[in-house]
Amino acid sequence: MQSVGIVGYGVCVPKYRIKVQEIARVWGEEGDRISASLGIIEKSVPDIDEDAATLAVEAARNAIAFAKIKPDAIGAIYVGSESHPYAVKPTATIVAEAIGATPNLTAADLEFACKAGTAGIQICMGLVGANMVRYGLAIGADTSQGRPGDALEYTASAGAAAFVIGREKEEIVAEIEATCSFTTDTPDFWRRQHAEYPSHGGRFTGAPAYFRHIIGATQALFEKTGTRAADYDYFVFHQPNGKFPIEAAKKMGIDPQKVKPGLFTPIIGNTYSGASPIGLCGVLDIAKPGQRILLTSFGSGAGSDAFAIRVTDAIEKKRGEYCGRRLSDYLNDKEYIDYAIYVKHRRKLKM
Amino acid sequence: MPSENLAITWRRIPERYRLVGTFCRNCQTSYFPARKLCPKCRRKGKIEQKQFSGRGKIYSFTEVTAGPSGFEKQTPYILAIVELEEGPKLTAQIVGARKVKIGDAVEAVFRKIIEDSEEGLIHYGYKFRLV
Repeated sequence: MQSVGIVGYGVCVPKYRIKVQEIARVWGEEGDRISASLGIIEKSVPDIDEDAATLAVEAARNAIAFAKIKPDAIGAIYVGSESHPYAVKPTATIVAEAIGATPNLTAADLEFACKAGTAGIQICMGLVGANMVRYGLAIGADTSQGRPGDALEYTASAGAAAFVIGREKEEIVAEIEATCSFTTDTPDFWRRQHAEYPSHGGRFTGAPAYFRHIIGATQALFEKTGTRAADYDYFVFHQPNGKFPIEAAKKMGIDPQKVKPGLFTPIIGNTYSGASPIGLCGVLDIAKPGQRILLTSFGSGAGSDAFAIRVTDAIEKKRGEYCGRRLSDYLNDKEYIDYAIYVKHRRKLKM
Repeated sequence: MPSENLAITWRRIPERYRLVGTFCRNCQTSYFPARKLCPKCRRKGKIEQKQFSGRGKIYSFTEVTAGPSGFEKQTPYILAIVELEEGPKLTAQIVGARKVKIGDAVEAVFRKIIEDSEEGLIHYGYKFRLV
């Protein structure tokens, strides 16, 4: 297959934050202990007028501004989310219209818990690599929900990341050298039709779900590409909390210091479909030409997509020219809210 | 209950989602919302589509404390007249700020404006935030 890669990338993280301490206060839990055991200080909370579609649009606009391409050259848009605003009516068409890519394109929504965004990257790689479209736009966006009082409430947050996938060598800022997946039917986390909140298997979400799939996909990628941990400068793993990615690295003999630059869950929470993609964007903001990144997502249900990525010389010029909002801008532009306002923002009150 | 006719909502999507208005090539005037006829040039006008940048400044504003139906839960919020850098003025909500002043630079953001009902259509469109 011809080489394909990331031509542009962008993120969006809502402005509001709630501290783990504040959530713990409401439920009579020890905030310090929970914060330490999850490796999370605070999480992002969407504004009352934000949803997966608005976050996807903003991330997509940033990615297109970075890529410096005409939106109508995009031939495919895939939006991965577990919180699409409609059960029936695609988020992808809202994004396509908002960025000005309509009407000559294909678009669809994807759902695979936290890995729907990377599934979109793989589909775009296929379409772009097969010359079926010039550019593909893959987005992971979520405003995830946790049942009040449930462990998930400390982590479920909101955010999005978007990637313009292309094949013109001089446009690519990070070449995707290889990808492979590891998929099984594992009932670790689910949400039934019409259910407000997801259910999960508690401790079962660890070893048989997260770790088995992350390690399975990452090791399969090592085998496929003939590489090993030492060949990569950065590792970005799905980050449901601040602990799992570090633990996964240790289990595979990877230096945790290579994971930390792409680990944002401790300060924005688990953005679900946006989680590992935002991590990748954070690494792309600092990586040098020639450096290699290994990204492995995880979606409950369950599966992992692993990617071997090499940063190209083009990244420095494009990064320098980009004048839109970067991940660091979104991380710094924050306002804390208390649990009562959080409840209003997340519509947890039934009136 | 739907807040407006579906066909009207649909027709206004380019305007609401990405600030598409018009421009008269003859007198170089920009219009938002779109005008089909240039009121200055009349039949000599050459109207064409134009997408606005979304950058502008606050021309005037008010704080809404008693919101209309569908906006009650968002109060208090700031409603402003924004002067786009291309000239036209429009009315929009300001997000993420409680205090603004005339002349503040703003940029357009894509947000949810109103939901018809629990099962109804979600209307998206432009709001602005301080830059």
